[in-house]
Amino acid sequence: MEPTVNNFEFCEKPEIVEVETDVLLIGGGMAACGAAYEANRWASPQKMRVTLVDKAAVDRSGAVAMGLSAINTYMGKNDPADYVKYVRNDLMGIIREDLVYDLGRWVDDSIRLFEDWGLPVWKKGDDGVSLDGHQAAKAGKGTLRDGAEPMHSGKWQIMINGESYKVIVGEAGKKALEQNRQATGVDQNLYERVFIIKVLNDKNDPAKVAGAVGFSTRENKLYIFKCKTALLACGGCVNFFRGRATAEGQGRAWFPVWNSGSNYAMGAEAGAELVLMENRFVPARFKDGYGPVGAWFLLFKATASNALGEDYQVTHAEESKKLYGKYVDNIGTCMRNHMMMIDMKAGKGPIFIHTDKALQKMGEKLDKKQMKHLEAEAWEDFLDMSISQAGVWAANNMAPEKVPSELMPAEPYMLGSHAGCAGLWVSGPGDFGPEEYYWGYNRMTTVKGLFTAGDGAGASGHKFSSGSHAEGRVAGKEMVRYCMDNPEMPEFGESADELAAEVFLPMEVYAKYKDYTTDPEINPHYIKPAMYQQRLQKIMDEYSGGVSTYYMTSGTMLNEGFKYLEMLKEDVVHLAAADLHELLRCWENHHRTIAAEAHARHIAFREETRYPGYYYRGDFLAIDDENWRCFTNSTYDKNTREWKVFKRDYHQIIPD
Amino acid sequence: MPSFVMTEKCDGCKGQDKTACMYICPHDLMKLDMETMKAWNQEPVQCWECYNCVKICPQQAIEVRCYADFAPLGASCIPMRGTDTIMWTIKFRDGMIKRFKFPIRTTDEGAADIDGGVQAVDVDVSRIKEQGLYTQIFNDVKLPVPG
Repeated sequence: MEPTVNNFEFCEKPEIVEVETDVLLIGGGMAACGAAYEANRWASPQKMRVTLVDKAAVDRSGAVAMGLSAINTYMGKNDPADYVKYVRNDLMGIIREDLVYDLGRWVDDSIRLFEDWGLPVWKKGDDGVSLDGHQAAKAGKGTLRDGAEPMHSGKWQIMINGESYKVIVGEAGKKALEQNRQATGVDQNLYERVFIIKVLNDKNDPAKVAGAVGFSTRENKLYIFKCKTALLACGGCVNFFRGRATAEGQGRAWFPVWNSGSNYAMGAEAGAELVLMENRFVPARFKDGYGPVGAWFLLFKATASNALGEDYQVTHAEESKKLYGKYVDNIGTCMRNHMMMIDMKAGKGPIFIHTDKALQKMGEKLDKKQMKHLEAEAWEDFLDMSISQAGVWAANNMAPEKVPSELMPAEPYMLGSHAGCAGLWVSGPGDFGPEEYYWGYNRMTTVKGLFTAGDGAGASGHKFSSGSHAEGRVAGKEMVRYCMDNPEMPEFGESADELAAEVFLPMEVYAKYKDYTTDPEINPHYIKPAMYQQRLQKIMDEYSGGVSTYYMTSGTMLNEGFKYLEMLKEDVVHLAAADLHELLRCWENHHRTIAAEAHARHIAFREETRYPGYYYRGDFLAIDDENWRCFTNSTYDKNTREWKVFKRDYHQIIPD
Repeated sequence: MPSFVMTEKCDGCKGQDKTACMYICPHDLMKLDMETMKAWNQEPVQCWECYNCVKICPQQAIEVRCYADFAPLGASCIPMRGTDTIMWTIKFRDGMIKRFKFPIRTTDEGAADIDGGVQAVDVDVSRIKEQGLYTQIFNDVKLPVPG
């Protein structure tokens, strides 16, 4: 099929808005809000401009949009070296220890600020029973900053009343932007409902950032940002595999459905090196509603078993050691999945989490009022962050204190902040660690001036919400330093008209052909974004180890899948958008496709099964530390559409 | 659905060009029909059930019907979000009702103070080369390095 040339013959040409800034923040979640907050402090005294662009509204954008019931990375009195050991173990021995240790040095600073700004943090009562944020204040417990003891659910996890977590953090981010706006005198430095589709490179130095381009999802406007430095803080990748739900329940992804792989795709297309893109997260969660299990296991001490009451982590330990050796000794998240799925495949399911027994056991020591509080805590865990799960319980007449719930491993996700470590390869802090992990600016990618944080920064998982914010802050500070060292404004080669034609191509395709058929949804000249996404999901599911093959794939399966992925990539120029909302979906799915291909290419390169329970290479079922305890990195050439995947050395900094 | 708008209650945010639900939806799902002046969820298959449209609607015109491809009918979770707490009413399919109230913040809306306490420091930009965040650098917090 001949691609359409967009001369705006059929669709209306957008108004072109050009914005010049020093520091450009792409995204509005925890990391971007952290970057805005910190960058303001260093940039405003120098009248340096900080601009944030978000595809949604900062109050409720990013992975914390619904809220959270816990902060999962809190150091307290722990040594960051122990944090490194914990993350390294959970991510199967391969992490950037410099990045993880570094994060452990500053994460609590952000958490204390959240509490200063208004986030209610649970505290430990005098009798050891938990107090919510308001009860703790009434009891005069003070703040974390005063030395008050938070209510831990695990060694690194503390409980919060987090319904408004993002509203509060967003408020601080927006205030910082407003301070910067007043200091610099610009008219506007916060752009909501503008979706960035790609990073622009410097015309004289393609390995350097020069700006970014996107469009408004509300008005017919193209936005071109010119900047000295840019931050990609655009989250992980969701719904690039076919999910367990088949119709409207597809929206109930475990991670936010709006995380469209944009961080990975825009980074890759700009030439930034990626790392561990084979890593994925398959959360085992409450079935269908994907309610969180952390508090249930850690705080309420619930146990899980197969339908026969057997603990699969005990019954399958010896057998699992044959393939995974020492990685079975201290079970991490993927190994837990692995053992659970042995029972599921053997027909010993359903797998149950025994919420009933846990609450009954805790209730033995509590009076009626305390029991009521405990029940509220159990529900709040869902109502703060996964309301659908409360809905699933209510719809099925399931009271958690009376009946157990089913657990189910979900479809795969890519992320860099939670229990996963896909992302861009970034520079470390430089004051410790090997030389090859430092190239001038902390959290800068291999593209000069292009930074990333949160889900975007790879090989350093388990930063969660607090770590993402703090990492955004460090990136924000380093971006200002980069601007001070590189004061000249870069130039990109593309003209505004060229960019408009590219960004709005799906609108032109639709307008040109829509009347050819009586139903614009079915038309031989184009594909609508919803169907394009279904095609991607089916390819990934069947060839790259999705739920339909129980996460099993192989070199031969992946190679077959690449043929279909290649044709999907060719068809991207035939995407059609009837309106700005569909234009958003078209570009999100372009991003998903690039991120998905990176995932599959990395799995094909790594000839072992590093993450059993997340995915399996049927042709290399074991872990092979001798050949593969290393980073797998890649680069993408957007012109030839080809990948290069290669190894980089793993340097251990913290001893076992 | 997942989120749905009740025809009788929605007033299109009184004829503004943008409704509260459109403003807040993280996934660009809510849309205002300019003829009827009623909002609707234009892509229910993409709805995360984050409830932000439900919580923000000034008319309480929006609720969520659980995903029909796996949830039986008849249940509901209805929030009432105030300034410092949120109240939830959970109705089970069999009619049982549970009610919960949780704190949401300890400061007034809009009162997050980004200039107080440890944040109230004079930033000497020349110290940007030092490791750490500004609140650490100017409050003399020493960062550890691996031993």
